[in-house]
Amino acid sequence: MKLRRLAISIRDSAALRFWPLAVAVIALVAFPHVGGSFYVDLVQTTMILSIFALSLELLVGSTGLVSFGHAAFFGIAAYATTLLSPSASAPSLAWLLPAVLGMAGLAAAVIGAFCLRTRGIYFIMVTLAFAQMTYFVFHDMKFAGGSDGRYLYAKPLLAVDGTTLLDLGNPRTFYYATLGCLVAVYALLALIARSRFGHALAGIRANEQRMRAAGFSTYAYKLAAFTLAGVLAGVAGFLHAVKDGFVNPEILAWHQSGAVLLMLILGGIGTLRGPVLGAFVFVLMKELFQSEALFGAFARHWQLPLGLAIIACVALMPNGVVALPTQLRRMRAPLPHAG
Amino acid sequence: MPAEILLEAIDVSRRFGGLLAVDRASLTLARGEVHALIGTNGAGKSTLVNVLAGEIAATGGRVRLAGRDVTRWPQPRRARAGLGRSYQRTTIFPRATVFENCRLAAQAHYQRAFALWSDATRCRDSTRVAEQAIEHAALTAQAHRIAGTLSHGQKRQLEIAMCLATAPDVLLLDEPLAGMGPEETERMLALLASLAPGHAILLVEHDMDAVFRIADRITVMVNGAVMATGEPDAIRANADVQAAYLGEDADARETAASVT
Amino acid sequence: MRKSNGCRVFGRRQPWRALVVPPSMDFTVFLVQCLNAVQYGLLLFLVASGLTLIFGILGVINLAHGSFYMLGAYLAYALAPLVAAYSGGGFFAALGIGIVLSVAFGYVLEWAFVSYLYEREHLQQVLMTYGLILVFEELRSIALGDDVHGVAIPRWLSGSVPLGSVMTYPVYRLFMSGVCVAVALGLYAVVTRTRIGMAIRAGASNREMVQSLGIDIRVLYRIVFAAGVALAVFAGMIAAPVTSVYPGMGNQVLIVSFVVVVIGGIGSIRGALLASLVVGFVDTFGNVFIPQIAGILVYVLMAVILLWRPEGLFRTG
Repeated sequence: MKLRRLAISIRDSAALRFWPLAVAVIALVAFPHVGGSFYVDLVQTTMILSIFALSLELLVGSTGLVSFGHAAFFGIAAYATTLLSPSASAPSLAWLLPAVLGMAGLAAAVIGAFCLRTRGIYFIMVTLAFAQMTYFVFHDMKFAGGSDGRYLYAKPLLAVDGTTLLDLGNPRTFYYATLGCLVAVYALLALIARSRFGHALAGIRANEQRMRAAGFSTYAYKLAAFTLAGVLAGVAGFLHAVKDGFVNPEILAWHQSGAVLLMLILGGIGTLRGPVLGAFVFVLMKELFQSEALFGAFARHWQLPLGLAIIACVALMPNGVVALPTQLRRMRAPLPHAG
Repeated sequence: MPAEILLEAIDVSRRFGGLLAVDRASLTLARGEVHALIGTNGAGKSTLVNVLAGEIAATGGRVRLAGRDVTRWPQPRRARAGLGRSYQRTTIFPRATVFENCRLAAQAHYQRAFALWSDATRCRDSTRVAEQAIEHAALTAQAHRIAGTLSHGQKRQLEIAMCLATAPDVLLLDEPLAGMGPEETERMLALLASLAPGHAILLVEHDMDAVFRIADRITVMVNGAVMATGEPDAIRANADVQAAYLGEDADARETAASVT
Repeated sequence: MRKSNGCRVFGRRQPWRALVVPPSMDFTVFLVQCLNAVQYGLLLFLVASGLTLIFGILGVINLAHGSFYMLGAYLAYALAPLVAAYSGGGFFAALGIGIVLSVAFGYVLEWAFVSYLYEREHLQQVLMTYGLILVFEELRSIALGDDVHGVAIPRWLSGSVPLGSVMTYPVYRLFMSGVCVAVALGLYAVVTRTRIGMAIRAGASNREMVQSLGIDIRVLYRIVFAAGVALAVFAGMIAAPVTSVYPGMGNQVLIVSFVVVVIGGIGSIRGALLASLVVGFVDTFGNVFIPQIAGILVYVLMAVILLWRPEGLFRTG
C-alpha cells in the first residue's frame, strides 16, 4: 500500500520535472543551428560552468559542506589536461580523460582528508586556504608555466583502429560532447540523490550526530562525497582546458571558488536545476555588467554592480531563482508570518 | 540462569583539563534488565553515557560490549555492533517523515553505499525494520507525518523508534521522559517495559517515581564517582545516598523532629 | 638566499648560538630575519585579531576584512601629502585620522550591513561579504585608481640601527613592531581589565546572558566590529611604507589571516598572537631557505596543525 503511494508520488513529481528538462535539453541541442557563434560560445561556457556548479551542489546542497576551495579541482584537472597532453600530437581521450579525472579525484581525496577534520566556519576557511595553496603551486612553480599559463597544443580525440570517432577539435562535436557531459553529470547526481548513499548524505546534512549514533561512519561518507565532487569538477576543468586550449593560474583563484558558490545560491541550493540556472544567471549578469553598449566607459568597473547584485540576490532571494515562484506566492498571500 | 552481561564499564574515567568529570566508574548491564543511572546535575551521568556510547573517549578504564573491548572504537562502530542511544535533546530529522526518519536509521545496517542505481526508499530491508520499529513505538498512525510537526511526546517516541530501528542489544536512554506530562510518561514507561526483556537498558532519569517503578537496578553517581549500586529498595534505604542525593529533605526532617 | 660571510659559528666559541642559528647563516643575518619575522607576525596579528574578534563574538564570517587593510594602505597614500607637510606631527595626525575614520566607518557599516548577517547561514554571510569585497575594490578603483604606489617613511623614522659590524636594520620596522606590541598590550588590557572587555568575553560565550545583564548587545557588537575594522585599517596604514600600496594586497593578507585564525582557534586573541608569530617565522625563514615553495609553506603548516588539533591551538566556546 505504502509502496504504491510512493510510486505514484514519484511518477507525479517526475512528470512535473520532466517536461521543462526535456525542453531545455532540446533547446540546447538546437541552439548551434540557430545562434550566432558568440552566443554559442557563451552557452558553451555556461554549460561548463553548470557542470562545475553541479559538482559543488553535491557538497553544499546534499551534504551541507560549504567548500570555498572547489576551484582547486577544476584547476588541477585543467592543468593536468595540458600537462599530460603530448606537445606534438593529439592525445587520446581514452586515457587522457580518466587520467585527468583520476588526478582531480586524488587531489580531492587528499585535501578532503585534511579539511574534513574540521566543521562549520573552520571548514570554509581551510578549504579556502588549501585552494590558495594549490593556486600558489601552479603560480610559482616553473613546470606549470607560472603566471603566463600553459597551452594545449592539440585537442584530444577518440580513435579506434585509425578511424576517428570523436574529435574534440571540431567545435560542433565539442559542443555536443559538452552537452552530453552536462546531461550525464545531471543524471548521475539525480541517481545519487535517490540512492542509499544520497540519503545518507542528506541525513548527515540534517543531523550528523544522529547518523553517527545510528552507525554511519560519517567521515567516510563525507570524504567520498568530497572526492566525487572533485572528480566532477575535474570534468568541467577538462572541458575548459579543451575549449580554450589555454589555462592560467587565475582559474584556481579564490574568486573562481566564490563565483561557483554564488551560482549555487543564485539558482537555489538543494535542487539540480538550481546550479544550472544559477550558472546561466551568473554568466548573463557578468555579460550585462561588462557590456560597454549599456554602461559605456563605466563598464570597466563591472565588479561594482556585480558586487551589489550579489548582495541583493543573497539578501532577498536566499533560496535562489528556483524558489522564486514559491517566494512570490508567499509574499502575495495575506498570511502574517514572515517568508 | 546467569544474566548475559551486554555492556560493562570498568573503572572508566574522563578528565577535561583539570576537571575529573567521571572518576573510575564501573557498572554492568545485563540483558532483560532496566538499569537506572541517577545523580544530581553535574554528577557526570551524561559524560559517562557519552563515553559508553563512544562520543567522547575515556581517559582511563575500559568499556566492553558483549565481551569485546570497545574502548578505542568510535561511536558508529559501536552502534553497528548493537549499541543504540537516544538523546536528551530530541535528535531527529525534522523535515523528513516519521517513516523516513526510521528508515534512514535502519539503513545503517544495510548501507550498501556503492549501489548507486537502487532507490533507497524501495530498500526492502530498511523499510521492513523501520515499519517494525514504528509499530513497536506505537507511531504507526503518524508514520507519514513530517517529524517536525509531531508533539513533544511523540517526538520522544520517535527518538526511541529510531534507536530501535538499528536493532540494538543495548539501549542508552538519556532522559527519555524529559518534558512529558503524566499520560505520555505512562505510555513511555509501558514502551520501556515492553523493550526490557530483549534488551539491556541504561536509563538516565530525574523523575524519581518513574525510576523506582521501572528500574531493576539503580546506580547513584555523585561528583563523578559511583556512590552506590543495587536494587531500588536497597538504594532507597542507603543512608549515604539519602544524605548526598535524596538528602537535604532528610536533614530538614531530622532537625524539625529534634526541635518539636 | 643570503650567503654566509664565511664566519662559521659552530664550536667552542659560541656554543649557544650553534644550537639556534642554522649553520649556513651568519648570526647578524639570522637576527635580521628574526626581526623581520617578528615584524611580519605582529602585523599579521593586528589583522587577525580583528578577524578573530569578529568571528568569535559576532559569529560573522567577514571576507571583506582584507579590504579594510587595503583601504588603510590607500588611505595612508591619500594622506601622504599631510604627512609631508608637517613632519613629525603629520604622521601621527594621519594615523589619528585613519583611526577615527575607520571606527566611524566600521560603526556605520555594522549598523547598515553587518547587523543583517547575524541570523544568516554561513554560506550567505560568506557570499554577502564577498560581494562587499568587490564593491570596496571598485569604489577604491574609482576614487584612487588602480596604480601601485609607494608611501614615504616619515623622515624622523627613516634611519637605520646598526646590528653587529656590517648590517643595519631599518628604524621604521622596529617602530612597526613596537606599535604592534603596544596595540597588543592595549587589547589585552581592554579585554581583561575593563567592563567592556568583560562584556565582550561574556558575549562570546553567552549572548542572551549579556543582554539580560542590561548591556545592549547591539551596541556592543557595533563597538567590537568597529574595533576590528580599525585594527585592520591601522595595520594597513603602518604597513604601507614597507609593502607599498597595490590593489591585490587585501586578498593576500585575508587568506593568511584565515590560516592564522584556524591555527590559533576562533575567538582566541592569545591564539591569534601565537599563530601569527609562528606564521611569521615559517614564512620569513621559508623564503630564506626554500624560496621555491615558500608560498605554500604556511598552508603545509596549517595542514600539520589540523592533523593534530582540528579546532586550533586555543579554541574558545
